[in-house]
Amino acid sequence: MILGILASGGAGAAAGDFQSIATANGTGASGTITFSSIPSTYTHLQLRMLTRDSFVTTGVDYVKLRFNSDTGTNYARHSLSGDGATPTSNGSVSIDNILLYGHPLGNNAANVMGGYIVDILDYTNATKNKTIKSFSGCDLNGSGNVYLTSGLWLNTNAVSTITIDAGGIFFTTSSTFALYGIKAAA
Amino acid sequence: MPGTYEPIATNTLGTAVQTVTFSSIPATYTDLRLVVTISATSGTIDTWGYFNNDTATNYSNTRISGTGAAAGSARTANTAQNYDTNLSSITTAICLITYDILSYAGSTFKTHLTTTSMDKNGSGVVLKYVKLWRSTAAINRIDYTAAASTTFAVGSTFTLYGIKAA
Repeated sequence: MILGILASGGAGAAAGDFQSIATANGTGASGTITFSSIPSTYTHLQLRMLTRDSFVTTGVDYVKLRFNSDTGTNYARHSLSGDGATPTSNGSVSIDNILLYGHPLGNNAANVMGGYIVDILDYTNATKNKTIKSFSGCDLNGSGNVYLTSGLWLNTNAVSTITIDAGGIFFTTSSTFALYGIKAAA
Repeated sequence: MPGTYEPIATNTLGTAVQTVTFSSIPATYTDLRLVVTISATSGTIDTWGYFNNDTATNYSNTRISGTGAAAGSARTANTAQNYDTNLSSITTAICLITYDILSYAGSTFKTHLTTTSMDKNGSGVVLKYVKLWRSTAAINRIDYTAAASTTFAVGSTFTLYGIKAA
């Protein structure tokens, strides 16, 4: 059954439920992406990233996620990952960022990118520490890893700034970062 | 501000078919999200999606799984089947499959994150995949298919969404 888009496209979704807040691209000369002045008018945030970095080796690399420029040891994380052979789980507490693995290093095959979808739940709630979940990974046609990660920021402030840090190396110009806001019913 | 998460097309099966196709996908979004709920007409079927009519061995994946008894991880390289699941004896239960295809119109290979969820009240599986289609072409067509001589049951649903960044 072929569903032609022009013939069968449905009406658009109700405007305003899932909104684009901001986007950014890698420059090849910076390893930091910052979304600041995030409005508090949404219920949840979703960060969708397609990334690669410039470090001249092979394998799978990570980004460091931080909120509101907090570099204190106020974060924790747990992850479940698979390398194509063995599932692995690990966790860390009292760390200064939420480490998310999932993109290729610079000497991997050209044109391969890593994907991240990060949900930041109830990001303005003043009585809750902030919990995230992330689904990420990259496949390199014979190697690669997939990751599920939970993260915690021990802070009840509304998240107004998100920093994505490549850890001292640079995001490629093919890297894209998009932040969305998700609204609940009024 | 306009909505940025829009249904592009949807199909609820009124008759059993082997393949559902989304064609002429516009390149105006940033990401695509495919949401599929399927059951089989009988017995056991394998399902997978493919892009732009490419049935060559240009797909690969790395995955993690849980069956209720064991966790596992595996990979498949150089395959023609962008594989999701085996609908073993799922004529009444529903299997949920989602594809998040990031930068589907971009100029790099197409990384996509997919999930297969199937619970049959006593058995089942959850699978998380990172998949790669080794093509720099924009995705303008998605076929979702069952293995030869099998079909998706009436009532199975297939919806393609577009997500547009600012």
